[in-house]
Amino acid sequence: MPSMQPYTDPRYFCILLLALAPLVLGLLRGRRHRNYESIVSLVFIVLMFAGPKWQQGVSLIVYVAWQFGLICAYAHYRKHNNAGWVYYLTLFAVILPLAIVKITPAVAGGQPSLIGFLGISYLSFKAIGTLMEMRDGAIKELRPLLYLSFLLFMPTISSGPIDRYRHFAKSYDNAPSRDKYLDMLSHGVRYLFQGFLYKYIIGYYFGTILLPIVARRALLDRAAAGGTGISLALVAYMYVYSMYLFFDFAGYSLFAVSVSNFMGIDTPMNFNQPFRAKNIKDFWNRWHMSLSFWFRDYVFMRITFFTMKHRWFKKRVHISQFAYLCNFLIMGFWHGVTWYYITYGIFHACAIIINDIWLRFKKGKKLPSNRWTNALAIFVTFNVVCFSFLIFSGFLNKLWFTTAIR
Amino acid sequence: MDVKETVLSILNDLTGEDLSDRMDEDLFATGLMDSMDTVQLVLELQEQLEVDIPVSEFDRKQWATPNMIITRVKELQ
Repeated sequence: MPSMQPYTDPRYFCILLLALAPLVLGLLRGRRHRNYESIVSLVFIVLMFAGPKWQQGVSLIVYVAWQFGLICAYAHYRKHNNAGWVYYLTLFAVILPLAIVKITPAVAGGQPSLIGFLGISYLSFKAIGTLMEMRDGAIKELRPLLYLSFLLFMPTISSGPIDRYRHFAKSYDNAPSRDKYLDMLSHGVRYLFQGFLYKYIIGYYFGTILLPIVARRALLDRAAAGGTGISLALVAYMYVYSMYLFFDFAGYSLFAVSVSNFMGIDTPMNFNQPFRAKNIKDFWNRWHMSLSFWFRDYVFMRITFFTMKHRWFKKRVHISQFAYLCNFLIMGFWHGVTWYYITYGIFHACAIIINDIWLRFKKGKKLPSNRWTNALAIFVTFNVVCFSFLIFSGFLNKLWFTTAIR
Repeated sequence: MDVKETVLSILNDLTGEDLSDRMDEDLFATGLMDSMDTVQLVLELQEQLEVDIPVSEFDRKQWATPNMIITRVKELQ
């Protein structure tokens, strides 16, 4: 049996929508059929890992059992105790599988880890967030079955958007009112078609048609500009890749939100016109939002809180700069342990630190602010971002460190 | 000092502006506060009013305006 990857072909959408039909009818009558929902979710997850991908399926099952066991044990412990070392030990164990999967290719010459599977990152984000909120006491009572449904929520399992346990619980526990649900459905249909346009028309054009052409040209020009390979074709590659990255991923995210809407679950949006951002801070509030907000709340805020409380730095500015650096370094390492992902992280840390310095400098000064300065800000931000995506793409690695044209 | 005065004086330190006549202004949307200010606000509230606010309780939607902050603090006290 061949495996079925989520949102990849028309057949998948047809089968999925058919399978969801009873759920939609139920929700229209104000009822949420949770058992049926779980069965549909499970069937589609099985289909993802059927056939040649069965090993990944086994990894998923072991992984979920691991996370489930850890969180239940911690929930039991946290009822009456709250020692720091137990929390840190559990946190370490929750992160461990993801860390192994990310580090293995770097030390094993590009070989992927045996315990990896599509979606391990996104499941880990959910698990880590839930654990931290339990430590904080924000989650008072963890419901094991709800936690499983949350982890294995099918529309978002492979690539997000990343929901939060408490937010998911709110959606899951109540069926939306008829009016609310009709509104969700109409948005769901719109997102579905917007997703088709983004991923299969615009994203396809940039990624499948244009990208190979500019890549070939840039590789042919690799001796340009004194051997640095900086050529017009490389600049073209940068913009084409950036467009492809946005439309492909935004399209994918729209599908996930759309299908969640059909199921009456409110999944957060992932993109909000990121290329209209006026600065890098603004950009991270618009680009892959569920990830950047996750990093903001569970990494940046916690590092800031910790360093402020323990007075590691005298100046507030240094705290934020330190926290930004850690935040984006971790994000870089998470993308993968390669020089270009880590450079991408450091690049964004520097960009946001410079952005911060500029904003502080500007504060209280009467600098001109009009249509033109706005346009300039958007233009500069756009180019800084596209350059960061060129680093991220790994193309420079190919251009500089491989010899044969592939 | 009561809760309102304390919150306003903390916010005054953080944003550099007197917000007493702008009690319903969204501090995040207007860019007056960012994540750093948020953490400092949480720490100051802990120190001055002895309310314990876990970072994960800090949902921006519930802490967006001076009035909302005062309400939340009173709830947590």
